[in-house]
Amino acid sequence: MPKDSATGTGIGASTKRREDVRFLTGNGNYTDDINVHGQAYVHFLRSDVAHGRINGIDTSAAEGMPGVVRIFTGKDFEGIGGLPCGWQVTDKHGEVMKEPGHPVLAQGKVRHVGDPVAAVVADSLAEARDAAEAIILDIEELPAAVNMKAALEPDAPKVHDDLSDNLCYDWGFVEENKGAVDEAIKNAAHVTTLELINNRLVANPMEPRVAVADWNRSNDEYTLYTTSQNPHVIRLLMGAFVLGIPEHKLRVVAPDVGGGFGTKIFHYAEEAFCTFAAKACKRPVKWTSTRSEAFMSDAHGRDHVTKIELALDKDNNFTAIRTETLANMGAYLSTFAPSVPTWLHGTLMAGNYKTPNIYVNVKAVFTNTVPVDAYRGAGRPEATYQLERVIDMAARELGVDPIALRRQNFITEFPYATPVAVEYDTGNYPATMDKLEEIADLAGFDARRKESEAKGKLRGLGVNCYIEACGIAPSNLVGQLGARAGLYESATVRVNATGSISVMTGSHSHGQGHETAFPQVVAEMLGIDASMIDIVHGDTARGPMGMGTYGSRSLAVGGSAMVRATEKIINKAKKIAAHLMEASEGDIELKNGQFTVAGTDKSVAWGDVTLAAYVPHNYPLDDIEPGLEETAFYDPSNFTYPSGAYACEVELDPETGKVTVERFSAADDFGNIINPMIVSGQVHGGIAQGIGQALLENCIYDENGQLLSASYMDYAMPRADDVPFYAVDHSCQTPCTHNPLGVKGCGEAGAIGSPPSVINAVIDALQSGGHKVAHLDMPASPSRVWAAMQG
Amino acid sequence: MAKVAMTVNGKSVSREVEGRTLLVQFLRDDLRLTGTHVGCDTSQCGACVVHVNGEAVKACTMFALEAEGAEVTTIEAMANEDGSLNVVQQAFQDYHGLQCGFCTPGMVMSATSLLKDNPKPTEQEIRDYLEGNICRCTGYHNIIKAIMAASGQDMPSMAAE
Ligand code: FES
Ligand code: FES
Repeated sequence: MPKDSATGTGIGASTKRREDVRFLTGNGNYTDDINVHGQAYVHFLRSDVAHGRINGIDTSAAEGMPGVVRIFTGKDFEGIGGLPCGWQVTDKHGEVMKEPGHPVLAQGKVRHVGDPVAAVVADSLAEARDAAEAIILDIEELPAAVNMKAALEPDAPKVHDDLSDNLCYDWGFVEENKGAVDEAIKNAAHVTTLELINNRLVANPMEPRVAVADWNRSNDEYTLYTTSQNPHVIRLLMGAFVLGIPEHKLRVVAPDVGGGFGTKIFHYAEEAFCTFAAKACKRPVKWTSTRSEAFMSDAHGRDHVTKIELALDKDNNFTAIRTETLANMGAYLSTFAPSVPTWLHGTLMAGNYKTPNIYVNVKAVFTNTVPVDAYRGAGRPEATYQLERVIDMAARELGVDPIALRRQNFITEFPYATPVAVEYDTGNYPATMDKLEEIADLAGFDARRKESEAKGKLRGLGVNCYIEACGIAPSNLVGQLGARAGLYESATVRVNATGSISVMTGSHSHGQGHETAFPQVVAEMLGIDASMIDIVHGDTARGPMGMGTYGSRSLAVGGSAMVRATEKIINKAKKIAAHLMEASEGDIELKNGQFTVAGTDKSVAWGDVTLAAYVPHNYPLDDIEPGLEETAFYDPSNFTYPSGAYACEVELDPETGKVTVERFSAADDFGNIINPMIVSGQVHGGIAQGIGQALLENCIYDENGQLLSASYMDYAMPRADDVPFYAVDHSCQTPCTHNPLGVKGCGEAGAIGSPPSVINAVIDALQSGGHKVAHLDMPASPSRVWAAMQG
Repeated sequence: MAKVAMTVNGKSVSREVEGRTLLVQFLRDDLRLTGTHVGCDTSQCGACVVHVNGEAVKACTMFALEAEGAEVTTIEAMANEDGSLNVVQQAFQDYHGLQCGFCTPGMVMSATSLLKDNPKPTEQEIRDYLEGNICRCTGYHNIIKAIMAASGQDMPSMAAE
């Protein structure tokens, strides 16, 4: 197979993406492009207050409006399950978290702006909207809990009346470390303390969420088309926990999905509603989110307030880290929300450094805001940001070079067991830092700073490292940690009689290019052309149970399942080939799509063997079954640990406070790489989201719980002129030791690794101009920067 | 309801529409030309860009009735006559200028319109021009490269990255 070329199709080739052709010609098949004959449309009437008691919903006028099929309220969902939470955290006292109900349509109270109160199903969307305007809501507004600190005060308004307070859990990790950590901090030569906010974000995949549900009266089967990263998980959650539909009666299809970034992992009220209403109305029901609805109903991300302390000895070795975090859950527990500030955040607090003592405390808080859950990186960006900011701050306080301080404390021996319960299998942190220094041309920074200063600008350089944990597993471990799901992945490799192949994978592609990259692996293993292989995903009717795509797990977990299934195919095919060539199975070799007998010139082609499997005239029927189709479920033995070093250079205009990113460089170690082009693209996108978080994006509620940043007019998405070209490199490769491909995952790295270096650069720029600014919260908007400069 | 007639992708069409029907709804719902996307409700994202009488227009900012008599071109009509990708589309594939593909039709329509007015745009000119097209996936890097390559400017191939 040609490697590192645009023409090859095996492992390591930058194969062009086959899915692009349909997307570039307008032939994609996104959920909103699907229309089912006879469909009705639903419009949700949503709460416009953050917190209120529902005293009445008068739908009488609306019922008679043109086109109205039926109007639903919370009453219609009494006795029907609420939206389930998929992860139960146990707190530091051994108590399980508080888990309030989450009805499909609000019952009794509304708890955030956007909480759906009623749903109008009508012949057209316009008629549904018109009728919704005629519904008279009697909602008595209540004081809202918005700010997390205030929400924990004893007299705070309670988001859930049936809970004792707004504290979901108080988690300590690792509780046994606490004494040693306190002691180490007391005895430290230096302690750097930093309080910071990890700003609330809205994921904003460009495709808003959509659900189209259909019910078949002849066999009582349901089909839901939905914008999901994991259709099987939705089938399980919605079928078993919400609507009581057995899985074999429910098909969930997630066709082309226009980006996810975490927010399309979760099970949402609107998909359950459409499925329920399709049967209740005996008509297909379709819902398409507007962007305004997306802002107030898609799960948000981040929103942590943290205090971190870093202790160092007299030689500047890190001796302890202690953190206290408030994590916003919003009004209800979204599907995986409790896991994000805990297991996806606490376990990463060691970063790339050998700090012997670490203790993490997280209080998760209910507020009258949209639920918060995983967004690209999920917990890991929050860990990385606080750690890499406090290291930078310590370097400044101690007057040492921030890169040297990092290098001095790097973990250099693997496997490495951190004090926060995980074991890194491989890595080479000095190598990624060396690579970064090269690609970022750090040696040339002083000259570039002089050029900026000559123009009256300030210039800053920020560097950081990161470590990520991808492919969370194994299932029995995550079960102990509170996951109510397994975290394996499945693959079925179906070889057809003529030799072409369909691979059914539980992984889901919503921009990651699986349709191109996954066949590269199978093609390499079989020595056939990748064009003979198609990937089938996103349909519970077509593939085995799968867990979907998030946490940069697709290749590490789904790819491994595919490798295992392909190995089974090869084993069976070799048996068939041995029979065809009257040789012994152990002598059969498969190379370039030909089976040969070692030491002879006998050979049969791939297609001869596949044909024999389905036309078994000359076939060892006594030994093996006809057919050539194998399934594998792969449950990893550990996480994978990608890592890297990032550098950002900003220019800051002291007149306006505006910060522009002039250079951004990323040196990553993703282990082995299947398609370098796709990997670079993933990093680019993650960096843009990280720059967005650091400089532009901020989801803001006012003190009454009104969402102020509810459209692209107010929520600053990164645009083409907000970012530079990036320099990315992934040539440092320490392959993962425990999955068959040696891959680690690359989807979230950019978003994890970039915010700290941007803020480190902004602080560097400010300090170079004589401004004694030790820290600035994200986003470093012109107004904040300018205000900081005024002291 | 009122009748509207226009030429879409070279074909005459006419339909009864409501006054409030947006051009993008008309294209997607009435004509089932679903390549044109809707990504926002404030005319910010550019997923809906089409060409109306040769100019790039956000199809969510125009009523269908306003397009009476117009020549409208959508992403579905951009490929070469033999069905192969045109120069801009091919450059997007060659330079990995798309991931989820949702912003892509709008990007291609905007890029085409830019190149018509400015056949050799600089990086900064492209970035400025795309201010009204949001992409959440690519970080814009490869979109800019694709457009520069489509305009015949030298770009190192993706395999070199
Ligand atoms: S849908 Fe037209 S600009 Fe967003
Ligand atoms: S490719 Fe997904 S939004 Fe641009």
